[in-house]
Amino acid sequence: MATRIDRRMAKLKTEGRPALVTYFMSGDPDYDTALSIMKALPKAGADIIEMGMPFSDPMADGPAIQAAGLRALKGGQTLVKTLKMAAEFRAGDNETPIVLMGYYNPIYIYGVDRFLKDAIASGIDGLIVVDLPPEMDEELCIPALKAGINFIRLATPTTDDKRLPKVLQNTSGFVYYVSMTGITGSALADTGKVAAAVKRIKGHTDLPVCVGFGVKTAEQARVIGANADGVVVGTAIVNAVANVLGPKGEKTADPAEAVATLVSGLAQGVRAARLAAAE
Amino acid sequence: MDKPATPNSFRTGPDEQGMFGIFGGRFVAETLMPLILDLERHWNEVKNDPEFKAELTDLSTHYAGRPSKLYFAEGLTRHLREVSSAKGRGGGAKVYFKREDLNHTGSHKINNCLGQILLAKRMGKKRIIAETGAGQHGVASATVAARFGYPCVVYMGATDVARQSPNVFRMKLLGAEVRPVTAGHGTLKDAMNEALRDWVTNVEDTYYLIGTAAGPHPYPELVRDFQSVIGTEARAQILEQEGRLPDTIIACVGGGSNAIGLFHPFLDDRQVRIIGIEAGGRGLDGIEHCASMSAGAPGVLHGNRTYLLQNADGQIMDGHSISAGLDYPGVGPEHSWLRDSGRVEYVPILDDEALEAFKLTTRVEGIIPALESAHAIAHAVKIVPDMDKDQIVIVNLSGRGDKDVHTVADMLGMEI
Repeated sequence: MATRIDRRMAKLKTEGRPALVTYFMSGDPDYDTALSIMKALPKAGADIIEMGMPFSDPMADGPAIQAAGLRALKGGQTLVKTLKMAAEFRAGDNETPIVLMGYYNPIYIYGVDRFLKDAIASGIDGLIVVDLPPEMDEELCIPALKAGINFIRLATPTTDDKRLPKVLQNTSGFVYYVSMTGITGSALADTGKVAAAVKRIKGHTDLPVCVGFGVKTAEQARVIGANADGVVVGTAIVNAVANVLGPKGEKTADPAEAVATLVSGLAQGVRAARLAAAE
Repeated sequence: MDKPATPNSFRTGPDEQGMFGIFGGRFVAETLMPLILDLERHWNEVKNDPEFKAELTDLSTHYAGRPSKLYFAEGLTRHLREVSSAKGRGGGAKVYFKREDLNHTGSHKINNCLGQILLAKRMGKKRIIAETGAGQHGVASATVAARFGYPCVVYMGATDVARQSPNVFRMKLLGAEVRPVTAGHGTLKDAMNEALRDWVTNVEDTYYLIGTAAGPHPYPELVRDFQSVIGTEARAQILEQEGRLPDTIIACVGGGSNAIGLFHPFLDDRQVRIIGIEAGGRGLDGIEHCASMSAGAPGVLHGNRTYLLQNADGQIMDGHSISAGLDYPGVGPEHSWLRDSGRVEYVPILDDEALEAFKLTTRVEGIIPALESAHAIAHAVKIVPDMDKDQIVIVNLSGRGDKDVHTVADMLGMEI
C-alpha cells in the first residue's frame, strides 16, 4: 500500500530533484501560531512535513529544539493537541506527507493502539521515534507497519555495514541519515563524507535516503541535496520562530512569515541541487 | 497492574534483551546503539574473567578499603528499645549498619566506579563522562579518573551544584571538569540528559560512567553486579556475627544502586523482608516528592522502561527531595520489577522524617549519615520498636553526611 510519502517521493523522482523535508515544533509558541506555520510550509516549497512532538527530556536534541519543546509544553501542547493540529492541517491539504517526530514516552502513555488509530484518523503518514532502535521494534514499529504507517529509521555514522541491514529491515517511507554523531543543531559535517555515507546506505536499500542534522542554509541544502533524495531542515526553522519572539515570548513579527521566507530559500536550494550535481 | 507470576529465582534477570519483565530494555538513539552493544560485549567478556575480578578485588581491598564493616548500632538499638518500652511494646530489634560510608570517597559509589573504570580501560576508551546528583558519584568518578589517568567531565544540575558545593570543589581538586546543567530544574535528570548528549557526540573515545543501576541495558545489570559486593559481604557478615540471616533489610532508593547492591544477594532468601525507601519529599499528595514507585507509572526515559513521575501526557516531572541523591523522577528497572513482583516493598519517607533520623543517628551513634541514607534509617526508626528484641534489621548506611551539613543547617535555620 503506497502512502503519501511513497507517492511524494516517486513524484519528486520523476521531477529529478530531492525532497525538502521541514521540521517544526507543534505547539511552538502556541497552538494557533504553530498551525499557521504548518500551513505555510507546503506553500513555501516544503515537500514533506516533520511535526515535532514536544517532550520534556529530548536527549538527542540541541538547545534550539529543547527550547522550542519547552515553549510548546508551556503553551499547553499535548500529544492530543498535536494530532488535532495534524487533522486540521489535513482538512485543507490531502497530499503533503506528515511525519511525527519525537520520543517514545508520550506515545507509550497515550497507548500504542489508540495512538496508531488516532494518528491514521488525523492523516499522519510516518513516525520517527528517536529512542526506539530496531532492538525495540515490537514496541511500536511493527504495530505501526501493520496499521499502514511508515516507520522511518535513523541511520547514523555509527551504523556500520554489518548493522545497516538490521536498521533497514523494518524501515519504510525513507531512511533518515543523521549526518554526524551529535545532537540536532550542531555544525554541518564534512559534506564529502555525507555523500559517501548516502551512497553506502543506497547500496543496502532501494528506499529514498534523506539527510538531516546540521543543514541550515539554502547553499547547504543544495550541496547535500546533490547526492541525497531529500534534505531535512529543523533547527534553522525552529530558530526562525525563536527569532521573532521577544524576551517574554511575545511575537515581534509573524512567525509563519519568518518560517516561509526561510523555507522558500531552502526550496530554491534543493531545486538547484541536481544542477549542482550535474556541474 | 497485574502481578507477575512468582519466579523460581528473583536473581536471574535481565533477559538477553535487557528486560526485567516489562522493565529495562534499550531505548536509545541509533547513534548510541552500536556503543551499547559494544559495551555489552565487553561486559560479557569480563564478568566471568578471573583476571578482571582479581584486579577489581585488589583495588576494592587496598584502594577503597573493602570489606566495609557490618556494625551493630548499639546506641540506636538502645534508643529504639526505649521507644518500644515507652509505648508498652517492650520490643526493639537489633539494628546493624552496613558501613558504606567508610569506603574511600565516603559512599558506595566507589564500588561501581572502580568496576566501570576497569571496563573502560579494557575497551580502550580515552575520556570519562558522568552525571551526578548529590555529587557522590561525581566525586567517585573523578577519583577513579584521577587514579587511572583519564580526563573526566561531570555533568551536574545547577541546583545541585549550589546545594552540594563541597563535592563540586572535591571534583575540581581531583582534576575533573564540572559542567553545570541549567535545563529543567537543574537536577540529576537534567544532568543525565546532558551526559547522554555528550556521549552521542563523542562516540569514538568516550566512556559513559553511569552512577546508578538505571539506563539502557547493560548498565542496570553491570552496576548491580558491581554494587552487589554490599549484599554479599553483609550476608556473610551477619551469618558470622549473628549466626543467622536478618529479618529485615532496608536501603534508600533514588536510582537505586546501593539498594539493589544490598538486596540482590538476599532476593532468594524468602524469609528476609526487603524494604526500599523512596524520597517522600513534602508528601505524596502533591508533586514535591521523588517516590516514582509509590506514586508514579511505568514509562520510558533515559534508555529504560521503569516507574516514572510523569503527567497524563507522558511529560516527565521534576520532583523534589531534601536529598540531592534521591532527587530523580525515575528508578532502576530491576526495582520496578521487584516492586510489581511483590518481592520488595517500597515506601516513602518524608524530608522531615529523614532530617530527624539524620539528627538522631548523629547524636546516638556519633555517625553523620548522608541525607540519602537517613531516609533508610528513618524507616528503621518507624518499624524497629514494633519488632521483637531477637529480630535483626540491617540498614545500608550508603554514605557519610559531611556533604550535607550545609543543607541541614539551612533546614534547621542555623548558620555555619
